[in-house]
Formats: sequence, structure tokens, C-alpha cells
Amino acid sequence: MISIKNLKASIGEKEILRGINLEVKAGEVHAIMGPNGSGKSTLSSVLAGREDYDVTEGEVTFNGKNLLDMSPEDRAREGLFLAFQYPVEIPGVSNVNFLRTALNEIRAYHGQEEMPAKDFLALVKEKSKLVELDSKLASRSVNEGFSGGEKKRNEIFQMAMLNPKLAILDETDSGLDIDALRIVANGVNKLKSKDNATILITHYQRLLDYIVPDFVHILYKGRIVKSGGKELALELEAKGYDEIKKEFEIAD
Amino acid sequence: MMVETKSTVTQSLLEQLQKQSGKIAFIPDAEIVAAIRHLEEKGVPNNKHEDYKYCNIEAYIRKEFKSIEQTFNEVTNADIAPHKLEEAINIVVLNGAYNEALSEKIIVKGITVKALNELSANEKLLIATQAKSDVDALIALNTAFSNNGLFLQIEKSNIVPMPIHIIYVNSNNASALVNSRSFIHAQQCAEATLVESFVNIGTAKVFTNYVSEKLLDENAKLTCFTYQNEGPLSYSVNTNQAKVNRYANYNNTTITLSGELVRNNHNVELASDYCEAHLNGLFITNGTQLVDNHTLIDHQMPNCESNELYKGIAKDKSIGVFNGKIYVRKDAQKTNAYQSSKNILLSDDATINTKPQLEIYADDVKCSHGTSTGKVDEEALFYLKARGIGDTSARKLLLQAFAQELIDKVEVDSLKERILQEFEKAL
Repeated sequence: MISIKNLKASIGEKEILRGINLEVKAGEVHAIMGPNGSGKSTLSSVLAGREDYDVTEGEVTFNGKNLLDMSPEDRAREGLFLAFQYPVEIPGVSNVNFLRTALNEIRAYHGQEEMPAKDFLALVKEKSKLVELDSKLASRSVNEGFSGGEKKRNEIFQMAMLNPKLAILDETDSGLDIDALRIVANGVNKLKSKDNATILITHYQRLLDYIVPDFVHILYKGRIVKSGGKELALELEAKGYDEIKKEFEIAD
Repeated sequence: MMVETKSTVTQSLLEQLQKQSGKIAFIPDAEIVAAIRHLEEKGVPNNKHEDYKYCNIEAYIRKEFKSIEQTFNEVTNADIAPHKLEEAINIVVLNGAYNEALSEKIIVKGITVKALNELSANEKLLIATQAKSDVDALIALNTAFSNNGLFLQIEKSNIVPMPIHIIYVNSNNASALVNSRSFIHAQQCAEATLVESFVNIGTAKVFTNYVSEKLLDENAKLTCFTYQNEGPLSYSVNTNQAKVNRYANYNNTTITLSGELVRNNHNVELASDYCEAHLNGLFITNGTQLVDNHTLIDHQMPNCESNELYKGIAKDKSIGVFNGKIYVRKDAQKTNAYQSSKNILLSDDATINTKPQLEIYADDVKCSHGTSTGKVDEEALFYLKARGIGDTSARKLLLQAFAQELIDKVEVDSLKERILQEFEKAL
């Protein structure tokens, strides 16, 4: 699905990713954990194509194609989805219009015709149930006036609508109460299949009680310093990040 | 040197217009003489004039209107048809004169529509009471040379069930300067929705100096939509002089989509207590266009409210201006006045000038203003792209969203539809 080799990225003079290696196959769920400032969000931003970062070294292959050469929109059209840590409010653009445009541009990219309005609306109805999103929110402006929980659910709703091959969930659990967390996790679990893959980026182990990862990676100072199974997350929870920091302290 | 040029442009203009104009029946001779005197004294405004700092009318006239031919093409119903609005009463003002033949018959009661030349003695007394020649040389120019414009009166307590649509059409086939004048009077407790569309079906450059006086008597409500889409041959100054009396409510939303030069002067007098005015505007400029919106809200009496929201999008080398002046006079206690101007620059060569001007002489008032000019929101743009939406469509979506708030104020469906289509073309 995605193969990341020796990825280095910086913002201005500051190097944030210092050689990331990661291989994710179809059907897998990977969790990337790490303390604040370890580069978790940078990794997701670089993969999604945010232009604030300079990729200085390394390569990323996504389903056989060079991901780093693609525009953000082409990455999405190829099946990459980023659930934003801070979903953006866009007053004046309705959720429905936004998703219809996105879906149809993705279809056009693959040489498919526009989805008929009737089918589209049926899809909206079906997928909004998945994350228990009030159908009224679909006609409102994108994320405008949504609560924190609604914004995160809206991300998963969009994911359900666009049916990506690889979903990167950037701190989707942050700011969610336990009920919202359960709803979001349920949605993600239902969307899981043997043909797609998920990368969960999170600070806490909590989310992993609901979405069980196949692999857990610990990111520290821009490198993956430790990888393991789901038990690694529990170990981390028990010991805290201080242990990791001591173990892998790298001179700057 | 400057003085000499100014008087040359004004003098040449005066001579040409005087040769071509006839006797004006609806303004007293003394007033016309005074108007010409004001015009000669002040001259056509240039950028030395504080209110025309970004809008050198004199230079436009010197460059683009050296000689004025004043020859116009015949216009038929078929030429007008595409500009009509289906749910409205369509009235045509052609090259500055009310044209009864091209206008629709008034089928509803309580409305008077006539040419300014046809006014009764009493009606004549209203003309030029709002727009004063000594305030602005362009009002003086209009007062001296406009002929046979439109008079529209909505009679007392009459609520007009459909929008009234005035289509101002120019059809010149050589360089022309048109002075177009209208007087709109909403009598006590009258209510109407008024659309004013500005179109050009001519084939040569035209400078139009519009003056519209609007008088709202006690408890009247006038909701106006100004739709400016005259195309690249058009240069215009549009002075809207409104007087709002007790409990009356005046609304104007101005949408400007084309015109090489569009200068709007929206002047509102809140002349009695408990009245309100709402001025909104949206413009998009491209090429070398200049759209200059000036608003002046004069709070004269207590307990009045005014709201302003203007938005602009400037492309290429175009220039957009918003200058909003709010006067709160000593007697105007308990005034509420809000003003906001938001703009987006789409190119490094485009310019937006905004200037809020608040002059407050009362001590118990609530006034606020805000202005912002920036580029398309990069965060929102990235969010849209991250969902597979290409750069062009993403920008379009965001600009439409920016404008939607103002387009949504247009309560006349067929006009809103037309604006949406034309706005998308202008993007």
C-alpha cells in the first residue's frame, strides 16, 4: 500500500523528520505514537502534501506510484485520506456541495462519470448513519459551528463517502469524550477491509482500545525508535514517554 | 497647471453638452444656472479631491471622452427582453430618458411612473431636494444636463406585490456622455422592492452620470438591489441620494460585476428618529477595472440604526475601493452603526483601498467597524485539495462561499439566479 523510505522533512531550517521508514500493507492497521513534538503531525502533513514542509530526502511509494511527486488533490484521488487533527471551518460551502465536488473530481480522475444526484444523496444518508451524524449537518457549511466531536465525526463521514485506500487519522481521538470516541472508532472499524489500510496517529493509548492496531510504532525526535504489536502501546501507557525519552535520547 | 487642465476638461465638457441639450422642464432655471456655476467652480473631480482620491474622473474624461458625439442606436423590445426579470414590472430608462414604449404597462394599483418632463407642479417641487449641486460637481453636472428621466412614486400605504425593475440601458454607437436621473418616492407606509439594473447594448464608450434621489416618508420600506454589469465600454458614476424619515427602512445591496469604471456614491440621510438603513455591496474586478464604493450614512436623529457589509474580490491589475463614512450628529443619541468591509486580492498587481471614517459627535452611541484584506484562505484551500478537489475548483468554491452571504441578500429569485451565473463567469 504505502512504503516510506528514509523520509526526511524540515520546516525552514529545522529538520523535523529525520529518516522515517514504514511499510503498510493492505488490510493492516498501524498506530504511530509519540510524545508532543516528535513529528507525528508533520508526518501526516507531508504525506497529505502540505506545502509548508520541505522534503529533503527519501521516497514514498503509494500503490506503486511516487507519492511525493503528486499534488495534494492527486494524492487524495489516488486514495489517500487525511482526517485532520483540526478540521477547517469553511463558511459558505455546504458539506454536501463540498463532498459532491470532491467525489465527482475523484471519479473524473478515474475516468468515471459524475454520480447521479439521487445516488449521491442515498450515499450521504447511508454514510452519515455510520458515524451517527445528524443529517442536518450535511447541509450546513463545512464544520462551521460544529462541536469538536461533530468535526471529528464529520472527518470520518467524509472518509466513508470517499472510500480511500489509505486513511491517516491524525489525533482523531483528541478532544473527544468517551461516547464520541466510541462512535468514531465504530465508524472506522466498519470501514476497515482487507483492501484498505489505516494509520492512526495518536498520543494516547485510549483510542487503541477501540481500534485495535496490528502494529504500533513509537516516533521520537523524527525517527521511529521502536516497533511492535499492540502490546507496545500498553507498555508505553504503563511506563509513560519518559522511559522512551531516556532510552532514545539523541543529541541534537 | 492643474487648475488649467481642470477647467479645460470641464469647459470643453460644458460646451459640448450645452450645444446638444434641450430645455429642462422639471428643474427651475435658477437651479440649473446655479448647478452650472458649481460645476465651473469645482470642475469635474480629480484625485486632488479628497472624496475622489482613487478615482480621477477628470482623467477618465480627458483620456476616453475627448469628443462626445451623443448618437444612439434604435432599441427594440427584443434588445431589452434578455435584461428583464420575469417576476417584476420592467421599466426602461433609455440613454437617460424614461421610455414608455419599451416599458411594461403598470398593472398594479398605487404606483405612478412617468417621465420627469410630465411632472405636475407639486411633483416638480420634489426634484433636486435630495441630491444637491453644491455637494458634488457630478450632481451639478446631472442637474444641469439630465433630461426626462424617471419618476416613480409608490403611493401611501401601498404594498407593491411584485418587484419593480428599472433597466437603465445605453445604446450609443459613438462616444457619449449620458446624464441619467430618477426620483423614487415611497410615501407614508408604502413598501416596495426595487431592482435597478445597469446594462449597455451600445457599441462605443459611454460615460454615464447617474443620479437617483430616493425619498422614504414615515414608515415606508424600500428594498433596493443595484445590479451593475455594463461591460468594458462603460464608465459610470452612480449617486444614490436617499432620505429616510421616521420609522422608515431603506435597504440597498449593490452587486458590481463589470464596468471599466464604476464609482458608487451611496449617501443616506437618517433624517428622523427610529429609522434604519442597510447598505451592502459585492464587487469583483478584473483587467484594469476600477470599482470605487463610497458610502455616507448621516445619523441626524436619535435611535436610528445602520448596517454596512461590503465585500470585494480584485483580480489582475484592477482596483477596488471601499470608503465608508458614518456621521453621528450631536442629536443622534442611541445610534447603532456597524460597518464591515472584507476583501480578497487574487493577484499581486491588484489593489484594494479601504477606509472607514467615523465622525461621532454624540456620546451615547454604539458604533463599530472592521476591515480586512487578504488572500484566499490557504488552510481552507488545502483542506479542499486534501479531499481531491483541484486547485481551480477549490478556489472557485471558496470565492463563491465568500460572496454567497451577499448574493443571498438578493430576495428576487430570477435576479439572484442571473447574478450567480454572471458571478461565476467573472471568477
